[in-house]
Amino acid sequence: MRIIIVGCGKVGRTIAQRLCKEGHDIAVIDKSSKVIENITGELDVMGVIGNGASYSVQSDAGIEDTDLLIAATDSDELNLLCCLFARKAGKCNTIARVRSPLYNEEIGYIKEELGLSMIVNPEYAAATEISRLLRFPSAIKIDTFARGKVELLQFVIPKDSPIADSRIMDIPAKIRGEVLICAVQRGQNVEIPNGQFVLKGGDTVSIVSEPLKARPFFNKVGIDIRKVRNTLIVGGGTVAYYLAKILEGSGIQVRILEKSMERCEELSALLPEAIILNGDALDHNLLKEEGLETCDSFVTLTGIDEENIFLSLFAQQNNQRAKIITKTDRIAIDELIEKFNLGSMIHPKNITAENVVRYVRAMQNSIGSNVETLYNIVENKAEALEFIINEDSPVAGIPLSQLKIRDNVLIASIYRRGHVIMPNGQTTIAVGDSVVVVTTHRGFRDIRDILA
Amino acid sequence: MHYSIVRYILGQVLQVESALLILPFVTGLIYREQEAFSFLVMALACLGLGALMKLKKPEQMVFYAREAITCVALSWIMISIFGALPFVINGDIPSFTDALFETISGFTTTGASILPVVEDLSHASLIWRSFTHWVGGMGVIVFMLAIVPMTGGYNAQLMKAESPGPTFGKLVPKLKDSAMILYLIYIVMTLIQIVLLCLAGMPLFDSLCMSFGSAGTGGFGITGASAGGYTMLQQGIITVFIIMFGVNFNAYYLIVGRNFKDAFRMEEVRWYLLIIASAVVLITSNVRSFFDSWFEAFHHTIFQVASIITTTGYSTVDFNQWPDFSRCILVTLMFIGACAGSTGGGIKVSRIVILLKSFRQQVMEYIHPRSVTTIEFDGRPVEKNVVRSISAYLATFVMIFAISMLILSMDHNSDLLSGFTAVAATFNNIGPGLDKVGPMANYGGLSVLSKYTLMFDMLAGRLELYPMIILLFPRVWKRN
Repeated sequence: MRIIIVGCGKVGRTIAQRLCKEGHDIAVIDKSSKVIENITGELDVMGVIGNGASYSVQSDAGIEDTDLLIAATDSDELNLLCCLFARKAGKCNTIARVRSPLYNEEIGYIKEELGLSMIVNPEYAAATEISRLLRFPSAIKIDTFARGKVELLQFVIPKDSPIADSRIMDIPAKIRGEVLICAVQRGQNVEIPNGQFVLKGGDTVSIVSEPLKARPFFNKVGIDIRKVRNTLIVGGGTVAYYLAKILEGSGIQVRILEKSMERCEELSALLPEAIILNGDALDHNLLKEEGLETCDSFVTLTGIDEENIFLSLFAQQNNQRAKIITKTDRIAIDELIEKFNLGSMIHPKNITAENVVRYVRAMQNSIGSNVETLYNIVENKAEALEFIINEDSPVAGIPLSQLKIRDNVLIASIYRRGHVIMPNGQTTIAVGDSVVVVTTHRGFRDIRDILA
Repeated sequence: MHYSIVRYILGQVLQVESALLILPFVTGLIYREQEAFSFLVMALACLGLGALMKLKKPEQMVFYAREAITCVALSWIMISIFGALPFVINGDIPSFTDALFETISGFTTTGASILPVVEDLSHASLIWRSFTHWVGGMGVIVFMLAIVPMTGGYNAQLMKAESPGPTFGKLVPKLKDSAMILYLIYIVMTLIQIVLLCLAGMPLFDSLCMSFGSAGTGGFGITGASAGGYTMLQQGIITVFIIMFGVNFNAYYLIVGRNFKDAFRMEEVRWYLLIIASAVVLITSNVRSFFDSWFEAFHHTIFQVASIITTTGYSTVDFNQWPDFSRCILVTLMFIGACAGSTGGGIKVSRIVILLKSFRQQVMEYIHPRSVTTIEFDGRPVEKNVVRSISAYLATFVMIFAISMLILSMDHNSDLLSGFTAVAATFNNIGPGLDKVGPMANYGGLSVLSKYTLMFDMLAGRLELYPMIILLFPRVWKRN
């Protein structure tokens, strides 16, 4: 597919990287020649220097034959203008990054009126993900399928857990319950395990479960499942605002610590339920005074990655119980950060890129069985995809044990008429099912890609 | 320096060359020449050696600018050495130095020959000589990128190092597609020329060799008289095509995409045609007395001008006999060269134009010390670092030129004019110079040292200087 990406900042670049890996023809537009030089040196893309909202620049990038334009500059207005012109010039689909809370409230109207295919809001997406983690703090990462009816949860096995050092096939007997382990990460390696695989304490494991069943499972394997009743947020930016908005009325009390007095006043007007604190988070005494040692959860959302990481390290030392969530924009070296055992990391640019890739794959395959959702799990080393099965699918109606499924592919769950089925060899996939597949392969677009 | 990836890519290039060697082999079979088998032997050797080099896949298929540039330079040296061996094996050119000179001259599309009597060669060797022009014109690496699937953005560095010109842009988003489009345009244009030459009555073998030579702007003839033995119509066709092969190929891509307005608005192409036209007017009036009619004078002038500015090096008459004014213009054209992004060599029209504009800017700064000006090219402002790199390019060019001349001045068989034009004609990938290396003479009489110096110049000129120079720095060879 031919795709134009306007703006090569953090988000634009990440999207370009992901889409390039999937083999699309990509042209990038940016004002700065340095940025263009940099990205064309690293990725197999065509670079155009100029203002992405200008017709001549768009036409240099080949707007007439383009299928999709993604506007990801740092200005919302410019992004919307880019998309508006692109639609007129090229009749292509358009995705705009719009992140201002002001526009976010009118997002449906804007999308409709400007004929946008999709709007991405990295800050809002990040806030949603954080809120999910706060509701279920035992998991490092939670992704949802089938409109929230199926969840993919990632967690670390405690050293003293009853399932540590046991084979996967023995687990149902030990905990007296069904569970499907989709992916195991140990150090640098990611594996899609079979029944013989022996789990160890400290492994990062992804499981598929129904939302209500996850809690008892976690209890049985020895993971603390207490609820979060309050949260301390450092940094009062857009993400913090969205997060506080989402948490309104959820029973989680929100405290936001922000450096700028002006912003504090704004926030206090916007968020009447939250407690807004003015002060510098690097002041340890202030943090302790505001209950760092006793809070249930601690979220760092300042604009400086290094500050976020250090604050989280500090919090971890002072409060062993708290759920710690760290946001980083530029730094995404999870291998390194993981050594600090910081818990959950949030990368808004990666979340956005995932959303875009998901859309692109669905666009590519409007007939056949769509990719409904897509998540990168365990540090982008594996993917979890959800497919809706159409009538003529070759996988329908045949027991799974008789299908020739490729290596490193796992059918994680089947959602049929309100019920989640944990698949085994005798299970058959039926038309209309929503199927979650976990794989270390890349670029699956259709359910038939799982076949060898 | 990651040696394993360099080794792997070189293996790949070698296998590409083994495929290319099939053409002279088949030609030789058709003419029932035993020389043909030297090419088959070489093709098999390249295939085997290439497979051996590719046996161990590097752990990481990524490479950076340094590896890419070294790869390109080493590839060119390697294909030249392996391309030279058949000449030595089949005895057409017994001396290895001479065979290497001839092959480098072929791949770099120079067309400078050491052969006193070209007609003595077998058909297999003749077509291989001309075919190296065709391959070298668009580039071996570009060819490889077009046919071998490779991933990773740093491949762009490979293509950048091989494509002539100050800046490098892709035609379409994917490198592989860009390379394919370039080769497709190239192949189609070559085919049209072959067909036209055949229609104009040239034998097939001649039209193949002459077309390969003009497409790559090379200039190896297959007779001692170069293009002098052909009819005026045939020479006319060659003239038109060598001018066309000296045009930036982006223009053809725009034309194929029916984007005529942009194609004709390309500033470099306009300058290029303007320079050709003015040179033709000046020389025609200067050499009128050498020919029977104005038309004949015009015909031979435009052939010579086109041949020199595109750095092809064919000739229809011995322009060494022309008056100094005309010879001087021709030598100037040697340095200007063809358009960037074409198959021609030289400094490139775009660089010259930008240099002239920065000269004007400098003058302005003396008259109005506080004036602020920007240099525009193709209607867009030229970045400061592009201007800077062009100035640096020119300085490096002059430096290599001076050192090469100094080495040639030690040669007893050369004089100042021959030495100067020998370096100019090889460094700019043209072929014939003046006097002892003129169009009707050859480079065979030079000393071995001079020949190796000129070989370096040919490769440096074709690869835009830096890839060859970098090889001389020990720092590049350090492992990291």
